[in-house]
Amino acid sequence: MEKNWEELSSDEKREALFNRWFSPPDVEFVSPEAEKSYKERVTRLKDAIELKKLPDRVPVFANVGFFPAAYSGMTPQDAMYDYDKLYTAWKKYVLDFEPDAHLGLGIPGSGRVLEILDYKLYSWPGHGVSPNYCYQYNEAEYMTADEYDAFLHDPSYFFNSTYLPRIFGALEPFKMLPNLTSILKIVFVTPTLIPFGFPEVQNAFKALLEAGSEALKWGGFVRGYDKEMTELGFPNILGGFTNVPFDVIGDTLRGTRGIMADMYRRPDKLLQALEVVTPLMIKLGVSIAKMHGNPIVFMPLHKGADGFMSDEQFRTFYWPTYRKLLMGLIDEGCVPLSFVEGGYNSRLEVIKDLPKGKAIWWFDKTDMGKAKEILGDVACISGNMPIDLLSVGTPQRIKDHAKKLIEIAGKGGGYIMMNGAVIDNAPPENLKAMIDATKEYGAYE
Amino acid sequence: MAGDLVSTLADLKEKEALKIVGDRLGAGEEPLKIMDDARRAMVIVGERFAEGEYFISDLAYSGEILKAINDVVKPKLAKKGEAQRLGKVIIGTVAGDIHDIGKDIVVFMLDINGFEVYDLGVDVPAEKFVDKIKESGAPVVGLSGFLTLAYDSMKETIEVFKDAGLRDKVKVMVGGGQITEEIREYTGADAYGKDAMVGVSLAKKWIGAV
Repeated sequence: MEKNWEELSSDEKREALFNRWFSPPDVEFVSPEAEKSYKERVTRLKDAIELKKLPDRVPVFANVGFFPAAYSGMTPQDAMYDYDKLYTAWKKYVLDFEPDAHLGLGIPGSGRVLEILDYKLYSWPGHGVSPNYCYQYNEAEYMTADEYDAFLHDPSYFFNSTYLPRIFGALEPFKMLPNLTSILKIVFVTPTLIPFGFPEVQNAFKALLEAGSEALKWGGFVRGYDKEMTELGFPNILGGFTNVPFDVIGDTLRGTRGIMADMYRRPDKLLQALEVVTPLMIKLGVSIAKMHGNPIVFMPLHKGADGFMSDEQFRTFYWPTYRKLLMGLIDEGCVPLSFVEGGYNSRLEVIKDLPKGKAIWWFDKTDMGKAKEILGDVACISGNMPIDLLSVGTPQRIKDHAKKLIEIAGKGGGYIMMNGAVIDNAPPENLKAMIDATKEYGAYE
Repeated sequence: MAGDLVSTLADLKEKEALKIVGDRLGAGEEPLKIMDDARRAMVIVGERFAEGEYFISDLAYSGEILKAINDVVKPKLAKKGEAQRLGKVIIGTVAGDIHDIGKDIVVFMLDINGFEVYDLGVDVPAEKFVDKIKESGAPVVGLSGFLTLAYDSMKETIEVFKDAGLRDKVKVMVGGGQITEEIREYTGADAYGKDAMVGVSLAKKWIGAV
C-alpha cells in the first residue's frame, strides 16, 4: 500500500512531485513526439537541478514578463484585460521560440480584478502606468512602525482589518470587521456579526464577490493554458510561489525606507515579525506546488542584494528566516527557485549552506564564474544572460555570450540558461538567439 | 561636554546625535551651525558608502536621522540658510517609470554635497526636463530609471534635448537598477553612474567643483 504524504521522507516527497510533473494526470499529448519532448524537457531540468547525472544538454528558459504581448503586437494592458488575446499571444511565444519550459499565463494577472477592488499597492497599464508598460509597485509604508505589535499579535486579523483596507479602496470598510476568533459561545455570535450588516461592509463584500467571479473566469484560462501547453510538449516551470520573509515585510508592509530604518531602530520587532511570517511563506509555497504537482517554488529576492545591506545585516536579518523558508520547502519535497535580482557576489559563501541538489539559484548580475566555484557542488545555478545585451545587443553577441556562459556555468551540468532581469520588450531575434545558441552549444557529450 | 555631532551622526548613532542637537539648541547655539554640522556628517556618510564601508541601508537610515534632526531644528531657524551652492542639477525618473528610491538617494546626496537640485519626480515627460533646463539654466541632468522600459525612454528624452537645441548645453548622466555602460551608449548619455556617489562625482567634475 502506498504511504501517506506525511509518512514520506523529504526525498520521497520530492520524487513524488517530480513524478507528477513528469507524468501529469488527465493530459492527452497531441502526439507521441509532443509527449517525448515534454518528458525530455522535464528530465533535462530535473537532471540540471539534482546534480546527480549530466543532462543531455543545458536547459533553456526565458523569464518573459510582458514580452509575448509585444511580440504579438499588443499592449500589456490588452494582456491584463483580454484573456483570449493573452492566451493566444503567450501560446504563440512558446510555439515560436520553443524554450524548455514556460511560466504559465498567470504573471500578467487580471486588470479587471484590480479595478473592481481599486488596488493601490501597484499601478498597472491604464491605471497610473501607460498602457504600453508593465505594472509597477507603489513604494509606501502600508504598515506603520507602531503597528508591529498588532501584526505580531494576529497577522491574519491585521491583514483583514488594517492592511487590506489600505491596499484595496473597495475594501476600506473592512476596517470595521470584527475578529472572528471572538465567536466563542452562543452569546458572542450575534453581536460579533453586527458589522456584517453595515451597508458599507456589505458593499465591500459585493466587490469581493464580483472580483472572485472575475478571478475564477481568469483562472479557467490559466489552467486551460497549462494543460494545452503540456499536451503540446511544454512544461510550466512554476510549481509554486512564495516570498522571502524579509521581502514580505520590506516590499509589502513597511516599504524600503521603513524596513532599512527598522534594522536600526527596532531590530527585535523586525526579527519577531520575520519569524511570524516564515511558516506562512513555507505553507504558501508548498500548498501551491502540491496542487500543481511540480516541486519548483519560485521566489523573487529583493532587499538582500549586494550593496543593499552589510554582510552582518544579511546574516542577522535576511538569511536566517530565508534559510528556514528554503529548508521548510526542501523538507516538504519542494525545490526552491530563488530569483536573485541585482548581484549576490558578497552573499555566495553564506547561501551555499544548503543540502546538495535541492535548490536553484537564478542570478541576474552575479559573477557566474564565482557562483560556479562556490555553489557549483551544492546547487543548480542559472541565469545571467544580461538584460542590457538582450535589449540593445545583436544576435551574434548574444550567441557568443551564451557560449561563454555554457562553458563557465554549464561545466559539468548544474546550469540552466536564463535571462538576468525580466524581458518585457526586447528584439525577438535576440531572445531567439539566446534559446537557439543554448541548443546549439549546450549539448553534453 | 557635548560629543561631536559630525562624528556621532556619521556613525549613525541616532539617539546620541539627537541628544547633542537638543543640548546645543538648549545652550542657545545658532541652529544654522547645527545644520551645517549635520550636513558635514552626511558628506562623510556618502564617502563611506562610496568606499564600500556603508550600504543602502545606512544611507536610508542616515536620511531618517537627518529628518528627525530637521524636525527639531527647523522651527528654530530664524531664516532659511543661504548656503553657497556649487551649481544646479536637474533629476527625474524618466517617462513611464514610477520608481523613486534610487533617484531619491541621488537627490539626497547631491543636496548634501552642496548642489541645488531640481527634483522633477517620477514618470517625467521629456518636455518637462526641457522646460526646466531652459528655466533654470542647469548644466547637468540626471535621468533615473529602474525598469528596462527606461532604456528607450532615456534615449527618447535625450533626443528631445537634441531637437530642442539643448544637447550641447547640458551634460547628461543616467543611472538605475538595470543601467550599464552598454545602455549609456544606447541612450546617448554622457556618463553612467552605478550609484549615487558616482553621480555626485560626475556632477562635481562637470560643474568644475572638484
